[in-house]
Amino acid sequence: MFSSHRHDDLKEMLDSNKDSLKLEAMKRIVAMIARGKNASDLFPAVVKNVACKNIEVKKLVYVYLVRYAEEQQDLALLSISTFQRGLKDPNQLIRASALRVLSSIRVTIIVPIMMLAIKEAASDMSPYVRKTAAHAIPKLYSLDPEQKDQLIEVIEKLLADKTTLVAGSVVMAFEEVCPERIDLIHKNYRKLCNLLIDVEEWGQVVIINMLTRYARTQFLNPNINESLLEEGGSGDKTFYGSDEDEDEDEEEKEKKAEVAAMAKRKPYVMDPDHRLLLRNTKPLLQSRNAAVVMAVAQLYFHLAPKAEVGVIAKALVRLLRSHSEVQYVVLQNVATMSIKRRGMFEPYLKSFYIRSTDPTQIKVLKLEVLTNLANETNISTILREFQTYIKSMDKDFVAATIQAIGRCATNISEVRDTCLNGLVQLLSNRDELVVAESVVVIKKLLQMQPEKHSDIIKHMAKLTDNIQVPMARASILWLIGEYCEHVPKIAPDVLRKMAKSFTNEEDIVKLQIINLAAKLYLTNSKQTKLLTQYVLNLAKYDQNYDIRDRARFIRQLIVPTEKSGALSKYAKKLFLALKPAPVLESPFKDRDHFQLGSLSHLLNAKAGGYQELPDWPEAAPDPSVRNVEVKESVPEWTKCSSREKRKEKKVEKPFYTDSEGESGPTESADSESDSATGSESSSGSEESGSGSESEESKEASESEEEEEEEEEEEKKKKKKDLKKPVQESESEQSSEEEERKHQRKSKPRKSESESESDEDEESESESSQSESEDSESEAEVKKKKKPAESKPPPKPVKKESKKEKKEMSLLDLDDFEPAPSPQVTPVNTFLSNSLVTDLEGLSLSDSVLSPATIAPSSTLKSYELLHRITGEGLSVEYCFSRQPFSPDANMVAVQMQFTNNASSDTKNLHIEDVKLQSGMRVKEFPEIELLPAGETATAVMGIDFCDSTQAANFQLCTHTRKFFVSIQPPVGELMRPVFLTENEFKKEQGQLMGMNEITEKLTLDVKCRNEHTIVQRVTTAANLSRVPCGSDKECRFAGRTVTSGSLVLVTVATKEEGAAQLTVNCEKMVIGTMLVKDILQALTQ
Amino acid sequence: MIHSLFLINHLGDIFLEKHWKSVISRSVCDYFFEAREKAVDPENVPPVLQTPHHYLISIYRGKLFFLSVIQTEVPPLFVIEFLHRVADTFQDYFGECSESVISDNLVIVYELLEEMLDNGFPLATESNVLKEMIRPPNILRSVVNTLTGGSNVGETLPQGQLSNIPWRRAGVKYANNEAYFDVTEEIDAIVDKSGTTVSAEIQGVIEACVKLSGMPDLTMSFMNPRLLDDVSFHPCVRFRRWESERVLSFIPPDGNFTLMTYHISSQNLVAIPVYVKQSINFFEAGSCGRLDITIGPKQTMGKTVEDLKVTIHMPKAVLNANLTATQGNYTYDCTTKMLVWDIGKLNPQKLPNLRGSLSMQTGVPNPEENPSLNIDLKIQQLAISGLKVSRLDMYGEKYKPFKGVKYVTKAGKFQVRT
Repeated sequence: MFSSHRHDDLKEMLDSNKDSLKLEAMKRIVAMIARGKNASDLFPAVVKNVACKNIEVKKLVYVYLVRYAEEQQDLALLSISTFQRGLKDPNQLIRASALRVLSSIRVTIIVPIMMLAIKEAASDMSPYVRKTAAHAIPKLYSLDPEQKDQLIEVIEKLLADKTTLVAGSVVMAFEEVCPERIDLIHKNYRKLCNLLIDVEEWGQVVIINMLTRYARTQFLNPNINESLLEEGGSGDKTFYGSDEDEDEDEEEKEKKAEVAAMAKRKPYVMDPDHRLLLRNTKPLLQSRNAAVVMAVAQLYFHLAPKAEVGVIAKALVRLLRSHSEVQYVVLQNVATMSIKRRGMFEPYLKSFYIRSTDPTQIKVLKLEVLTNLANETNISTILREFQTYIKSMDKDFVAATIQAIGRCATNISEVRDTCLNGLVQLLSNRDELVVAESVVVIKKLLQMQPEKHSDIIKHMAKLTDNIQVPMARASILWLIGEYCEHVPKIAPDVLRKMAKSFTNEEDIVKLQIINLAAKLYLTNSKQTKLLTQYVLNLAKYDQNYDIRDRARFIRQLIVPTEKSGALSKYAKKLFLALKPAPVLESPFKDRDHFQLGSLSHLLNAKAGGYQELPDWPEAAPDPSVRNVEVKESVPEWTKCSSREKRKEKKVEKPFYTDSEGESGPTESADSESDSATGSESSSGSEESGSGSESEESKEASESEEEEEEEEEEEKKKKKKDLKKPVQESESEQSSEEEERKHQRKSKPRKSESESESDEDEESESESSQSESEDSESEAEVKKKKKPAESKPPPKPVKKESKKEKKEMSLLDLDDFEPAPSPQVTPVNTFLSNSLVTDLEGLSLSDSVLSPATIAPSSTLKSYELLHRITGEGLSVEYCFSRQPFSPDANMVAVQMQFTNNASSDTKNLHIEDVKLQSGMRVKEFPEIELLPAGETATAVMGIDFCDSTQAANFQLCTHTRKFFVSIQPPVGELMRPVFLTENEFKKEQGQLMGMNEITEKLTLDVKCRNEHTIVQRVTTAANLSRVPCGSDKECRFAGRTVTSGSLVLVTVATKEEGAAQLTVNCEKMVIGTMLVKDILQALTQ
Repeated sequence: MIHSLFLINHLGDIFLEKHWKSVISRSVCDYFFEAREKAVDPENVPPVLQTPHHYLISIYRGKLFFLSVIQTEVPPLFVIEFLHRVADTFQDYFGECSESVISDNLVIVYELLEEMLDNGFPLATESNVLKEMIRPPNILRSVVNTLTGGSNVGETLPQGQLSNIPWRRAGVKYANNEAYFDVTEEIDAIVDKSGTTVSAEIQGVIEACVKLSGMPDLTMSFMNPRLLDDVSFHPCVRFRRWESERVLSFIPPDGNFTLMTYHISSQNLVAIPVYVKQSINFFEAGSCGRLDITIGPKQTMGKTVEDLKVTIHMPKAVLNANLTATQGNYTYDCTTKMLVWDIGKLNPQKLPNLRGSLSMQTGVPNPEENPSLNIDLKIQQLAISGLKVSRLDMYGEKYKPFKGVKYVTKAGKFQVRT
């Protein structure tokens, strides 16, 4: 067979060694799949390539696998191990894609593997992988619903995730797996509300829809008062018939009861959480995505107080300009809304005017809306519009217009006669469809006041000669029969004509002829007896059993015989009873019991998986369930020891970790918005009694760890810095600052000065303010990388008096430092520089710091450059001051101390004849003109070592001699500290795996088993800064090489009995290796 | 959510299918074909159809149907909006969205669909992100690829999805940094037989073409932002900034995108740039009709009206048109019954006129309705609403970009009833 040959050809290509051939083959196969052709026989040949190195081939193989794995389960298993390997890959994108494909393979055997993979991924560091995990949940659920319980656990965990990336996907999973578990939402409700604006658009739709349902179960109906009134109003309007009287009475009673019940109830106060939802969704009405706008619109329709629903109208009207499919859906929803809340769309009446170019289905829907919007004031304009529509070429549309006119006429009694006249004029229309539709509508209208309109009935009777449309003929016949008393002369004649044509009529017409005959027989038996008999006889032998049955039934009923007893007496009553006029109702009436915007609403039928919109509760459930617990975890955080626990923390509080790094600027875009809402809250609280925000802040002031407060605060800060390009890092720092602050507070410190404890007692609001200030200024310090020289850090200078106390505490720390060492210039700068590092260590440690442990002098190691003997009395020592060399940031500052031990002065100390490896540079120190005997002088020179430990050779010249000297830096001095958050650290570390990672096991020196010594020794060995870390088993440090700025990350993980593991991640492998050696030595000596 | 997607051409052939869950037989489309048959006009096919086991949601774009199969409750707009996004992506990638172009790039299309949905839920829909993963085809690259066996798949793994600004990729570099904005306004109007305006609205859109290096942070402010009370934004726009200061502050996506759309509703006074005098009559006797149309300038704000065009959908009974135009050309298509009069520039001194007779089918009653006129026009360098961009500032980057704003007014759904 040709096809099998062709496949052989493909198989051959797949087996080849060339990627290009494989790729070509895969492309052809995927094209086959796309066209819907069967390519399943290639499975073995394709699956072999699952581990192919070429990324495009791999991708296409994945596509193939996902498509056919279900059919070839056994073979598909061959590929599983590849994905399992991928799940462990250091690259988050590869992990995610492995999980994605693994979970898309619908093979039941691997359910446990999938479950495991999902659980693992749900606590992955990368939010992108967690998002993929959320996506995988419904896949697994549809494969094996028995996993539900386990999956719910994962969902619960992911719901607590605070990254916007995950939120949409996990809510989607929630909706598919366990939409009934509304209790899982409580704790996350406020977070979801607050995140909403940052979530991608598709996630927004899902979250909003879910929150609508949630709100319906948790809050009270905001329209509780109005809805009663409204119902009363509409009741009066819609009920024309007398039959409804009873019902109405009942309703009346109910209403009274309710009103009575209401009186007992407290006046309605909106739950602040309810307000939060409304406020946070409103900006999304401006989304470019129609689905989001619709979702917000339905939320407002179902949840907002009546007075506020109006805002959605404008946005919905704007959507009408979109694609016709969007229009179609939006108009359906507008039609439903306009019945309940007509006023909302009235100002936009003209936007619903119909153009001849609109598709018919759109025209009909617009007509529906126009009809719903019609009232006494605008009816004349609407009718004028309708007049133009009736002339349209689109006959279906004309028919709909006539129906619409009929409805306007029934709803607005003022125009009933005008409408009727207009419709009667249409009876002479050339188009039969138009006439027929008019007849049907007129029939309905006449039923309301038949006595006034016998003319019209006569006119219609004449039409029977011309009109062929069955429905119209049937309507006329019914009308004549019903009101035969008004047209006593014509009616029998019509029956005569009908009897003549009976056999050729449609069934519905035949039924009406029988009906007419029966009615005439009862009222005017003299004239019509024979005719009736004739018609009934014809009907008796009709092909349609319905008609035969009807004929038999009617004959028995109206023609008195011996047998027909009781019933025939009442025949007249049966046939000529007063019938209630039909109510011309919108087909969209009462559709709003479906959630608007849903598929079920559109189809007016419950679709599979539709979640009912619950009724408002009578009494609101406990609102405190949404309170997020005060985080006692914060003090714990530092102590938290087990690894597992820390992991948990990560998920719970990605606020510190992920959300920061992942969504800086985005958040800032909206952080602004949030803070703005914050300021709005005062006005919001005016109307709702108590705004959520104000309450929150109260709470927050009681318990400083309240997270909203933090967020708020941070956002405020960000707003301030909005235009600064480095906002991200800044905000991170600030959050860290805060963190630190909390920790510091929560921990008693024995060695604290009085001022410190004073500060603790200060009111929270103040301190929170000062926090932000101080973090800012600190950030500034870092940013400028230019610590003020020979001055304490600049912070206190900028402080307002209020904050001075707080600053005192920082200054106190400075006081802990030992007295300045002889190197006057660099010491202070060093202090300010390392202060951050030290504070970091301080805050993260449990034990009390003794001042000695952070003594920096020990960290500054001096090296000899020139011995006084070789130097003939001149001795030179140098040390790496670890201070940024201001003339050139790429240089390492080398601090030199010249001591003249000779008895004579030394003059013109300077450098000459510098010999360097290529790329290296030296910035000489300014010449020292005179060094008197016995004196000491210092100078700083800069050397760019080009990130290598090559020595810099040069001559040191005095006025008399030249000395050959060289400076060789220890590797630890080739870097400068950088400030990273834990999260950033992990992120960066994730990118420096493999070759760039060096791990070494070691046993710690006995003296070096506590955290502080480790920190101290590491920072002595290398110019790194401490990275905050949630575990006391790990110390992390970060820095960048001075010249190239490559990141250097160091982790020391301690275990029992002094065992430890040292990990260094650095792009420059040489530096990494050397650094490992140095640190190892420092820790084990 | 979205289970499967079928692409169907105007002949009713399925030329692409993609399933995100288990495979659904393409016979499910039969329900759609049935509805398609019934609707006569492709535009009248209901976008949502119910079948015994599935729901079909479809859109009609570029003579193609995008038909998606749904099994459970999902907001229909969600699906519709997504399908349009798919079509937009094809347009973006291939320059057009037609059957031939999709068939030519079947593999890329398939890969795109694979990336855009995961298990039926949208995953990556931002074109900036997609382009990082799957490079759009271009002639040079396809030549190179055939020679070297290279591929269209990005070598590097995309970072966009992970970035904090999902709509912009990192590391953008241009030699010339430029940012152009097109303010386009369309007038939707219905004008009465007598020339009075029944309804008139303006639909405005600001399209941007931004080619700036790095991470620029732009701020656009308007002379008269009060005009804009009904707006929708690209996700990049900081909404609160707009709320409080009425400026557009945003980090733009790279390349072309729609920055915002706005709507100036019929409650405001909208200037109508032209007036139309027309009379179309059909005579009972002689089965013929007369047509006489004159167009003149009304409120053009001193600018020239260009690309003026009148389209009339004639009643079925009109067989042919025998007309003379003082300016421009007219064509009459007997099968579609479309009369198109292409005028060009409107000369206020000498108003264009089209008149003549229409020949009608004999023995058919005259149409009682007069067809309505659809007007197309264009006015350069004018936003009819009066909107004006006052300045565009850039923060975050050092270089000085070229900036430009262009204004155009067009007729949207501009209809004159007769």
